[in-house]
Amino acid sequence: MAGKIVLCRCEDVTLADLEHCVSRGYQDIEEVKRYTGFGTGPCQGKECLAAVASQLALLTDQSPAAIPPFTSRPPLAPTPLRLLARDPGAHRFADDPDSERSS
Amino acid sequence: MPTTPPPFDEEEDASRADVSGEIRLPATLEGAGPLPDRAEVVIVGGGVVGLAIAYNLARRGLADVVVIERGYLAEGASGRNGGGVRQQWSTELNIRLMQESVDLCRRFAVDLGVNVWFRQGGYLFLARTAREVARLDKNIAIQNRCGVPTRMLEPGKARDIVPELDLTGIVAAAYNPTDGILFPWPFLWGYARQAAAHGVRIFTQTPVGGLEPQKGGGYLVHTPRGAVRARRLINATGAWSPRLAQMIGVHVPTYPIRHEICSSEPLKPFLRPMVSELTSGLYCSQSMRGEIVGGVTIPGHGSTYGMGSTLEFLATYARRLVRLMPILGEIKVLRQWAGPYDQSPDGNPILGAAPGHPDFFLACGFVGHGFMMAPIVGKLYGEWLTGGEPHEIFARYTLGRFSGGAPPVPEKEDFNIG
Repeated sequence: MAGKIVLCRCEDVTLADLEHCVSRGYQDIEEVKRYTGFGTGPCQGKECLAAVASQLALLTDQSPAAIPPFTSRPPLAPTPLRLLARDPGAHRFADDPDSERSS
Repeated sequence: MPTTPPPFDEEEDASRADVSGEIRLPATLEGAGPLPDRAEVVIVGGGVVGLAIAYNLARRGLADVVVIERGYLAEGASGRNGGGVRQQWSTELNIRLMQESVDLCRRFAVDLGVNVWFRQGGYLFLARTAREVARLDKNIAIQNRCGVPTRMLEPGKARDIVPELDLTGIVAAAYNPTDGILFPWPFLWGYARQAAAHGVRIFTQTPVGGLEPQKGGGYLVHTPRGAVRARRLINATGAWSPRLAQMIGVHVPTYPIRHEICSSEPLKPFLRPMVSELTSGLYCSQSMRGEIVGGVTIPGHGSTYGMGSTLEFLATYARRLVRLMPILGEIKVLRQWAGPYDQSPDGNPILGAAPGHPDFFLACGFVGHGFMMAPIVGKLYGEWLTGGEPHEIFARYTLGRFSGGAPPVPEKEDFNIG
């Protein structure tokens, strides 16, 4: 049954995947993220983190409060490169056409 | 007449999951228990270098090994790098080491029983100036002499390999089809699992609080889980190596430099090689997950252990990458992070025992390339510490070379790109 309970929809991580991960000794939420891949898809954990943390708490006999969220990574939402490329804070290298400061 | 489906057999799922055999193995990592009283070798650092050494010691019969990791496996640079594995280096010694590392990567899935998503799509280095071309030319001559099939390409030929390139300003490209990429995390789990299966004990969430030299050699390693007496100690703590060495008064002249990196939404496979331009240190590759993973080198930042992310990085990376491959403008960045390079003064690693401290071994100073060098360095360390002849790297890449110590001083490595 655990193989049919999906915890992370972006990366198809099931409860069985989490149980397997914990059985190998990988029980820190950051390890679980890396071992199962949960939270590395388009939602970056926004949908799945609470579900995984609650099940991890049950499996490792901890209170949910003892499991902090994994490090949140920018950007806040998936962002196209062309928008980022227009940010005026980009470093200018010597060969940039509008180079103001050279490297 | 409608037929009733047979009852669903939930057991089937469990038995299928069990076919991998993994579930029946004991856990790779130790639980909350105390450290053993003593160990022949204690390796500090649960990154790829420490685990590669642990695995290679154990498979050669030295299994009385304890690995101590301050946080979780892959918490440092080993879990934060781009997974590139290349042979395009500038010194013969590093080229030959990386030839062996690539061979080990090719066999890794079979030898270690884990899929590391290794893919040899080559590395394409792009030059925008005559000076950059000269640098590549010089390196290619050495690489070819070692048997690495790197060749210089006209810009048009580079576009045959990556049709998405905008060639404006590109004057030449160095291409070696046998370089590759891998997925770093499973590489560590593979080493850890096989090391543990051979008897190595791996303790995570265990910071070292102090090192106490013992009469007759070795160290008492203090941690919150108790102390372990190490006959030999290996410092494989990457950018934190100077701090561990300082505990016994040894000066390691490396320093941490933060490098940022980011990953995109997954795309259908289209990009074969790792692409890098020398001018900006821009690099990007497409992982087996389909993501575009890459970074850029922004000069002028100081040394820090801070691992924060900046908009300056993302903007600079986006600007350079969209200029080089305009079609990528529409793809979305999903996340960015940072990791520390352990910067050594001459660009080469620091290996072997510290001068005057014959039981204190170093495996650090890899300048952002410890991941690709770990397979061969781990193997050579394993051979040496189980009674084999020391490889040339243990005579050349010594800590003593920085204090005017024992020759031969290695050639400076100047191709630490990306």
